Amino acid sequence: MADEIQKFKVSIDGITIEVDPGTTILNAARKIGGDIVPPAMCYYSKLEGSGGKCRTCLVKVSKGSEKDPRPMPKLVASCRTTVMDGMEVMNITSPEVLDARKGVVEMLLINHPLDCPVCDQAGECKLQDLSYEHGTEQTRYEFERRSFERIDIGDKIQLHMNRCILCYRCVYTANQLTGKREHGIIYRGDHAEISTFIENALDNDFIGNVIDVCPVGALTDKTFRFKNRVWFTKPVDAHRDCPSCSGKVTLWYKGTDVIRVTGRKDEYDEVDEFICNTCRFEKKHTDDWVLEHPTDVSDQSVIASNHYHAFNPPPVIKEDAQLKEANIEQLARSEKLK
Amino acid sequence: MQSLSNRKKVLEQKPMSFWERIYLPAIAKGLSITIKHFFKKIPTVKYPEEIRPYSKNFRGQHSLKRDELGRERCTACGLCALSCPAEAITMTAAERKKGEELLYREEKYAVVYEINMLRCIFCGLCEEACPKEAIYLDGKHVTADYLRKDFIYGKDKLLEPKFDITKLNQQSTSN
Repeated sequence: MADEIQKFKVSIDGITIEVDPGTTILNAARKIGGDIVPPAMCYYSKLEGSGGKCRTCLVKVSKGSEKDPRPMPKLVASCRTTVMDGMEVMNITSPEVLDARKGVVEMLLINHPLDCPVCDQAGECKLQDLSYEHGTEQTRYEFERRSFERIDIGDKIQLHMNRCILCYRCVYTANQLTGKREHGIIYRGDHAEISTFIENALDNDFIGNVIDVCPVGALTDKTFRFKNRVWFTKPVDAHRDCPSCSGKVTLWYKGTDVIRVTGRKDEYDEVDEFICNTCRFEKKHTDDWVLEHPTDVSDQSVIASNHYHAFNPPPVIKEDAQLKEANIEQLARSEKLK
Repeated sequence: MQSLSNRKKVLEQKPMSFWERIYLPAIAKGLSITIKHFFKKIPTVKYPEEIRPYSKNFRGQHSLKRDELGRERCTACGLCALSCPAEAITMTAAERKKGEELLYREEKYAVVYEINMLRCIFCGLCEEACPKEAIYLDGKHVTADYLRKDFIYGKDKLLEPKFDITKLNQQSTSN
């Protein structure tokens, strides 16, 4: 049986799993799940070619493979390194990795303005989570942070370059969904910035997805700008019959109003299916949607505060058939006297 | 049965003696206690004229602070409302327009900021949560009122009046 695909056996933090050849360490770790999954800011499984930019997913390979058991000399980016048979990977068990990750977070935050109280992404921001888990309390950076003016990309999306960590996710999204490259990174190194060439308005029907893929608050929904904080809104899964996309979205309710529509995100903050601009920006009415159930929010997320888990919370009082009947009888009697 | 503690006292009721029957010693004893109190220090604080000293960390009515240029510090981040165990705080945010830079410190500000003083338990968690040092419970007591709606304090009641920082500094240096 030579044509049967040989599975590679890897162990990540001592947990072994068998995966197909060509799988990256990050995806192997995601198959195991739990705490051992390295965080990723730039890798996005739905976008081809993403990853390898932010270095938050660094891991230590303590044993290269069964044939060549030498460890890899440096920490490797797990989103770009494929597994080998018999590979042993250390993520949270290696103090070296945790230390390196701390340094990476510090680097990412060098030019980040930390204006979380103002930013609309606060509460669902991956960089916020990452710096909370791995970062230091104080910055050592003494120089002026680079700052830009806000740019409107079209009339619905706003680019806030100050907050950008140059993960390139939005570039890949624009590239792969539109088929026409209008949006890219200009200048080099420290001066690099996301831009549409000469601020071209992006008019593709799927361009709203750059908001969803942005791990920070650099690309935000202008229709949601300063409307409300994320944790005061309630996410509900809903769908509609959309001619251009799958129509499966998350509606963010404040009271009875839909104040924002986003794609459905999984535990790694990646959308399941990209949604079109009509669904995202124009259908902000409960009538337009078929509601399914409240979105599952992790208990640790700030969004979960003050939310019910069940769509219709169970009644506080137990139903009593006998009592109901007696009440109906009583009502009939009192009606007769009128 | 013998008492376990050995402290039981058996009271004996006897007819009153002559001195007890005339009551005068008992009256004199009672009056002497009353008269003694005439010469003691009066513990009553006569409130409107005299005010008791407040503790340094007394938490009273909230005030929304301004910075050294007189701009409102609050940026409507909602952390006070999130931390509030009584859910007393609500706010609506708005974007700062051009020309309002001297009114508001950040690009976002609270256009409506309301605290329901009937709900508030003065725990001070909003003060602790605030990342902008914009809210402090440094006021006096919240006064009584007749209508429920009057207990919902808006920005008109909460916002600190404008002050001149230079004069404030002079005062503190001369003292």
